[in-house]
Amino acid sequence: MATFTLPKNSTITKGKHFPAPAGATKVRSFKIYRWDPDSGENPRTDTYDIDLDACGPMVLDALIKIKNEVDSTLTFRRSCREGICGSCSMNIDGLNTLACLKPIEDVKAEVRIHPLPHMPVVKDLVPDLSQIYAQLRSVEPWLKADTPPPPDGERLQSKEERAKLDGLWECILCFCCSTACPSYWWNGDRYLGPAVLLQAYRWIADSRDEHTGDRLDALEDPFKLYRCHTIMNCTRTCPKGLNPAQAIGDIKKMLAERVV
Amino acid sequence: MSSTQDANDATMLGRRTDGTQVRRPLSPHLQVYDMMQMTSALSITHRATGIAWSFGAALMVWWLVAAASGPAAFGWVQWFLGSFIGILVLMGVTAAAWFHTLAGVRHLFWDAGYGYDIQTTYKSGRAVLIGTAVLTALTWLALLISW
Repeated sequence: MATFTLPKNSTITKGKHFPAPAGATKVRSFKIYRWDPDSGENPRTDTYDIDLDACGPMVLDALIKIKNEVDSTLTFRRSCREGICGSCSMNIDGLNTLACLKPIEDVKAEVRIHPLPHMPVVKDLVPDLSQIYAQLRSVEPWLKADTPPPPDGERLQSKEERAKLDGLWECILCFCCSTACPSYWWNGDRYLGPAVLLQAYRWIADSRDEHTGDRLDALEDPFKLYRCHTIMNCTRTCPKGLNPAQAIGDIKKMLAERVV
Repeated sequence: MSSTQDANDATMLGRRTDGTQVRRPLSPHLQVYDMMQMTSALSITHRATGIAWSFGAALMVWWLVAAASGPAAFGWVQWFLGSFIGILVLMGVTAAAWFHTLAGVRHLFWDAGYGYDIQTTYKSGRAVLIGTAVLTALTWLALLISW
């Protein structure tokens, strides 16, 4: 059910302000969403003034600097700092992206940082992804074949067959796209969302997979697939430049074509 | 904490450090997301113009029913539609109809598998907006000339 406002316990209050150190030359404000399960209070927005001359270029650099030097209670996920692990996905300046790939200079004024939208918050910038992982599991994202592989080697693909997987295998499951999708916000309990549907299509498009029909059957559902209304927020926000909307469109097309 | 609204609701429950249950907040969505970007802005406009156009169709039914029921009722409708507010409403319905038609064609291209890359999406979005303005203006120009 679509609720456009936030629940009472989720409205954001004004938080603390951490001023920049004296003598800072290039100060930028970072407004960061904070929620601590132990506090019993509503989420708040803390403001950290950071000297960009003493900070790395990316938003993640600023977050790490804040945690190391200003406020060690700030909680966020991060690992590779080079856009391949998908841990530091969050909403920066109104769009979902990876903090490690987002240059601070790309944000014009204060840098507003929130967790991925419309998700249960575990703490600060860490959302609970268990529902979306369960949805990923439901599309069985692995190779399914009934015939055994050739005894002398692996299952082969032509160059053309392999090319069909380009733009699909690169997905790092950061879920920027799914949590940018209004349809997923309102129907996330039943709609699979762009990230999971792109993963489903990655196996539908794989020439070695022998369960294409079953996979399409499983997706033919008014909610799982057809809550996609081609809003295109997913493709707009993907930090890897992939096109989940195209993958969903291709699934819809395959379903239409097998009826005709 | 007892009412469960959907399957996601279980994930709204967390634990404090001392083990007691706590209801997690929902992270902000419409409140923080950039909804003015071309993608979602045109999508919601498509829906709104669909509703507006249905309202316009109801107006037309009103006009026809009034014409069938007699000169007094028809005169009243004609007076309303000819008033400043009436003309404004009709112009709005015209714009909504053109937007919904053009955006509908854009959706047909998507459904046929074309125009998904973000550059084309932005170009086709701009084309829909410019097309709506031009065609609405042309429609009313034609109306005013033939009046």
